[in-house]
Amino acid sequence: MIELTDDICALAKDVPSPGEKFYPVFEPTPELAAEAHGYVTMYPEGREQSAVLPIIHMVQEKFGFISARSIPWIAEMCKSTPIHVAGIVSFYPGIRRKCPGKWHIRVCHTIACAMSGGEDLLKFICGKIGVKPEEMTEAEPMAVSADGLWSIEAVECLAHCGFGPNVMVNDTLYSQVTPEKIDEVLEDYRRRD
Amino acid sequence: MSEITYKPGHEPHPRETRRIFRNIDRVGYTPSIESFLEDGGYEALKKALAMEPAAVIDEVKKSGLRGRGGAGFPTGVKWTFIPRGNTKPVYLVCNCDESEPGTFKDRFIVHQDPHQLIEGMVIACYAVQAHYAIIYMREEFPEAAKIVREALEEAEKNGFVGKNIQGTGYDLKIILHRGAGAYICGEETGLINSIEGVRPYPRIKPPFFPAAIGLYGCPTIVNNVESLCQVRQVLLRGGEAYASEGAQRSPGTRIIGVSGDVKKPGYYEIISGSITYGELLYDLCGGPKEGRKFKAIIPGGASAKVMRCDEVLTGRNPDGSVRKMSIFGVPMDLDSIAAHGSMSGSGGVIVMDDSRSMPEMLRNLNRFFAWESCGQCTPCREGNPWMLKLSTRICEGKASPEDVDLLKSVADNICGRTVCAFGEACSWPVQAFTTKFREEFLALTKPINAFKPHNPESAEARKYMTRED
Ligand SMILES: Cc1cc2nc3c(=O)[nH]c(=O)nc-3n(C[C@H](O)[C@H](O)[C@H](O)COP(=O)(O)O)c2cc1C
Ligand code: SF4
Ligand code: FES
Repeated sequence: MIELTDDICALAKDVPSPGEKFYPVFEPTPELAAEAHGYVTMYPEGREQSAVLPIIHMVQEKFGFISARSIPWIAEMCKSTPIHVAGIVSFYPGIRRKCPGKWHIRVCHTIACAMSGGEDLLKFICGKIGVKPEEMTEAEPMAVSADGLWSIEAVECLAHCGFGPNVMVNDTLYSQVTPEKIDEVLEDYRRRD
Repeated sequence: MSEITYKPGHEPHPRETRRIFRNIDRVGYTPSIESFLEDGGYEALKKALAMEPAAVIDEVKKSGLRGRGGAGFPTGVKWTFIPRGNTKPVYLVCNCDESEPGTFKDRFIVHQDPHQLIEGMVIACYAVQAHYAIIYMREEFPEAAKIVREALEEAEKNGFVGKNIQGTGYDLKIILHRGAGAYICGEETGLINSIEGVRPYPRIKPPFFPAAIGLYGCPTIVNNVESLCQVRQVLLRGGEAYASEGAQRSPGTRIIGVSGDVKKPGYYEIISGSITYGELLYDLCGGPKEGRKFKAIIPGGASAKVMRCDEVLTGRNPDGSVRKMSIFGVPMDLDSIAAHGSMSGSGGVIVMDDSRSMPEMLRNLNRFFAWESCGQCTPCREGNPWMLKLSTRICEGKASPEDVDLLKSVADNICGRTVCAFGEACSWPVQAFTTKFREEFLALTKPINAFKPHNPESAEARKYMTRED
C-alpha cells in the first residue's frame, strides 16, 4: 500500500487563493469540449495528445489556473491520462496550479533586466500590491495579494532585454519601467473594472 | 523602392542595413497582408514555386546561409539531411521560443511583420516538401500569437497558405503552437517533445537528428524565425548574390541586440562582419554611460563565454600577419569571435561596465540556469543549483577561496556530460567568469573585503561588492 502523504495528494488538491473570486469555477460544458476539440483537430490524425498545451492554455485563460478537477477533463479531451496531464502541468512554469489575481504581474529578473533595476522593481511592486517578496518561493513562485486583485511572479528573460526592466501585466508588456511609471500603470488597472 | 520613414527615435543608424527589420518601426506599416503586399511581399514565394524544390534547396545551400538560432548550422545543408527515399511526412517547425537571455529579435518580426516569416516558412516547406508546419511560439508573446493567427488566416485567404497554393497544387497547413514558459523548449528536440504533448525533455541526438527522426518519428526541420526570414532574402537576391555579401563564411545580414551598460541599447541589423564589436558599442550604441568604462562583453546570449574588454587577443591581418587587439577589434561575424573562444550565437550582446560586480552577474546567470534545467540529466539538474549556491555564497562574502575552484570544477564536470547543449550553455559562463575575473571572485572570499562596496552608487545598492583596491 502506498501511504497517501501530502506530497502525493498535492496534485489532487488545489491551493486556495484570494484571486478565485475573479474567475469562474471550472465546469466542463459541451461548448468547452467543442473548443477543446477544435484544438485537437489542428494536429495530425491520431496525435490528439499534442493538443494538451493548447487545451491547458484555454482552461487557464478562462478559469485562471489548472484545478485538480480540470485535469481529468483535459486528459479526456486529448485522449491522454490524468497522470500524464499532471506531469505536463507540473513541468511548465507558465502553467499555474494556483489561481492568480485579477491582474497578474510578471517581472523579469534575468541579467539584462537585473542590470537595469529589475530586482529592486520587483520588491517595489510587491510593496505596492501588498505582498511580501518572501512569499515568492521556488516551490510557489507566484504570490497573490489578500484582496485577490494582484498576483506577482519573477520570471526569466522576456526577450526584450535592451529595454529593461520589463514587466508584463496580464498580456501587456511594459518596458523601461521605473517606479513612477509602474505606479501609474497599476493605478490605471485599479481603475478598470 | 519608396523611401521609408521610421518612427521618430527609431531611425536606423547609417551603418545599419535593414533587410529583415526593414519594416520594423516603420511609419504606417501594420502587420496586415496589405502592408506586406504593398512592400513587395510574397514575390519570393512566387519565384520559389516556379522552381523545383531541389533547386530551392540548392539556392539556399549556395547562399551559405547559417542558422540564426544559436548554433549557426548551414540551413541548406540541414535541409538535405532528410533521408533519401523518405516516405514519411516531413514537418517543418519554426522556432519562435526566443528565450536565451540577451536575445531580442524574433519578437519584433512576429509582432510587426508576421507575413515575412510566413512567406519564408512557405518557401522552406516547399523546398523540403513539408505539408504541415508549426510555429512554436513562447507563451510570453500572447499578442504575437493573435497577430500571427490572423496573419495565417489572411495568407490562407490570399492563397499563400492552405490548399493548392497559388494554383501550383502544393498544399501546406501551418498552425501556431504556444509553449508555456520553459527555456528548454527552445532546444529543438525539447521543442519537438513539447509539440508531441509530452514533457519537453530533450532527446539524445546522435545518431538520429530531428531531420531524420523528429516530430512523431518523422523527418523534421527546425529553424529559427530569423533564419526563415533570411531564406526569403536568399530567394529575393539569389543564392550567389547573397553569399557575396558580408563575411565569407557567414554571409548576409545579422540582427544584433545590445543590452546592458551602453548609451543606446537596442537592435541593429548589420551586414555580417562589416563592423567590429568596438564600432558596434562606440558608434552604433553611443559608447559607455557617462563616466564609465566598458569592462566585459557577453557576445552571443547568456550562454556565450564572457570576454574581458582589456583582454589582449591575437588576430590576423588580411595579409596573414599577426596583430594584437582587444575584443573591440573583432569583427561581428560568426567565426571571428569563435576563434577567441566565445560565440556569437543568437546575436544578443550584453555589455557590462566598471560598475558591475562579475560574481553578481554570474550569480544571476546561475539562477537562470538552475531554474530552467529540465532535470533529465543528473550533472545538469544537480550541478546548476550547486553552482548557484556557490556563487551566492561568494557574493555574500561567505565563501573560501577554494569555493571559486570548486565552482569551476562543477562546471567542468557538467559540460560534455549531458543530453543536450544546455549542459554547455550553463557551464561556459561559469568557466569564463571564474577564469577571466578570478581576482574579483577571490577578493570576495577575503572577509575584510566582503562588505566593501565598489563605488558610491553600489555602496547604496549594497550588492556590488568586489575588488580589494
Ligand atoms: C538550451 C537551448 C536553448 C535554445 N533556445 C533557442 C531559442 O530560444 N530559439 C532558437 O531559435 N533556437 C534555440 N536553440 C537552438 C535550437 O536548438 C536550434 O539549433 C535552432 O532552432 C535551429 O535553428 P537554426 O538552424 O535556424 O538556427 C536553443 C538551443 C539550446 C541547446
Ligand atoms: S542538459 Fe540539462 S536541460 Fe539538457 S536534457 Fe540534460 S538536464 Fe535537461
Ligand atoms: S533579461 Fe529581461 S527581457 Fe531579457
